Amino acid sequence: MIRTIYILWLRQLKRYVRSRSRMIGSLGQPILFLLALGYGFGPVFQKAGQGNYLEFLAPGVIAMTILFTAIFSGIEIIWDKQFGFLKETLVAPVSRLNIMIGRTLGGASVATIQGIIVFFISIAAGFRPTSLAFLPVALLITVLTALLFTAMGTAIASLLEDMQGFQMIMNFLVMPIFFLSGALFPLAGLPGSIFIAASVNPLTYGVDGLRGALGGQMHFGFGSDLAVLTGVTALFLVIGSYLFSKIEI
Amino acid sequence: MHQKDRTDNYSIDVRNLTKKFADFTAVDNISFSVKRGETFAFLGPNGAGKTTTIKMLTTLLRPTTGTMQVNGFDPMTNQDAVRRSFGIVFQDPSLDDELTAYENMEFHGVLYKVPDKILKKKIEEMLNFVELWDRKNDIVKHFSGGMKRRLEIARGLLHTPEVLFMDEPTIGLDPQTRNSIWKYLKNLNSTAGITVFFTTHYMDEAERVADRVAIIDHGKIVAEGTPEELKEKTGAKSLEDAFLSLTGKKIREEESGSIDEMRMNRKMWSK
Repeated sequence: MIRTIYILWLRQLKRYVRSRSRMIGSLGQPILFLLALGYGFGPVFQKAGQGNYLEFLAPGVIAMTILFTAIFSGIEIIWDKQFGFLKETLVAPVSRLNIMIGRTLGGASVATIQGIIVFFISIAAGFRPTSLAFLPVALLITVLTALLFTAMGTAIASLLEDMQGFQMIMNFLVMPIFFLSGALFPLAGLPGSIFIAASVNPLTYGVDGLRGALGGQMHFGFGSDLAVLTGVTALFLVIGSYLFSKIEI
Repeated sequence: MHQKDRTDNYSIDVRNLTKKFADFTAVDNISFSVKRGETFAFLGPNGAGKTTTIKMLTTLLRPTTGTMQVNGFDPMTNQDAVRRSFGIVFQDPSLDDELTAYENMEFHGVLYKVPDKILKKKIEEMLNFVELWDRKNDIVKHFSGGMKRRLEIARGLLHTPEVLFMDEPTIGLDPQTRNSIWKYLKNLNSTAGITVFFTTHYMDEAERVADRVAIIDHGKIVAEGTPEELKEKTGAKSLEDAFLSLTGKKIREEESGSIDEMRMNRKMWSK
């Protein structure tokens, strides 16, 4: 069982390391966000008395990278279902649960690595974490967030027949999750409905936790962040496993 | 007793198998059996129900009604035993393009729990069998269609299955590659006694390599027998003529589904 999970995980990592163009391509967006938004909104943010915008933004951009990478590695299953590798794994004498676990761990590892790379890019762009003592907490939150959204991607991909629904998922799920997570703006003082949307969004707790661990300003606190992330991750792992076990091709 | 005789003599035994998708009956009450060690061709026009039947036999789809036995196991209740006992080459390529030939084989061996000690030797043996051993460390992305097919066959055989399923294994390949693929399979069939179950649109191939043939059309089996028997029955000179006289000359207007579209997109993306 462990060997099965290990080889599935290893496969995801090998694919990641070998597709350099995809790796570099997926780092372009966070760099653009850090530079354009970080420096662009910096003066306004400062004038509003909120301090340094880059310090505020960097954890949000790291969370964005984790979200996108994780969801995509889950969604990849749609391709795999028709052409590829998923068929090969589904006719093998291994349980669907192990396949799902191996894939999810692989996808989450890749998302974690991407998150760490963007962390270093932020530092190069001028971001300074206030304390290094909380870095392990930041890593824990990164891993949880990565697992959560990989499992969510798997669940969605298990339900979809083809890539036609992909654009819809980007526009009605992934983008709202990102924009309504407090990655780009503070949660304090938001209009009620936006705040409610942010509170039911699991990424909000990932962003909050990362920001707390790296920069200090938190809205919910580590206790709530970790509790919500752990709970929702467990929930999506169960839903994802169930839907994945029902895949017919 | 009677049941036991059947499982001893037959690798595949299908009784009254039906698969319905919403309002469409893809496979309509078919029955057939394949003897151990036989090379069996499952022929039919596009959309006749060939792939759906293979998917049911290989545990990927659950039938609506009917019973099946693959190597004496029921694909519905004893999935893992069935899965261990067959190898498969799918209609669409199912290799990981980003991995090397060797890594694809290794992945398969681990999933099928081939013991570590044997695995290396077995991979070498199978890659030599399809003449790809010297390309073992190359990324599959750079392989030609024929090389990918050969690798898939080697992979399908890695865990020494009793039955090899192949869904249009020679589609889009040049005559040389097609010829060499059938040469491997004949070889395997005579030395290891593997049962081969394949579909194809090339009637000359079926006529040349198959011991027995079943023709399926609109989800029903319309004829079954040796290529000679089918030719005799229809008074045709070749299996192709027999096929046309049994299934008619009307071209099948298969609606292009999202799968075809994805197949096309994939070709564009992978360039």
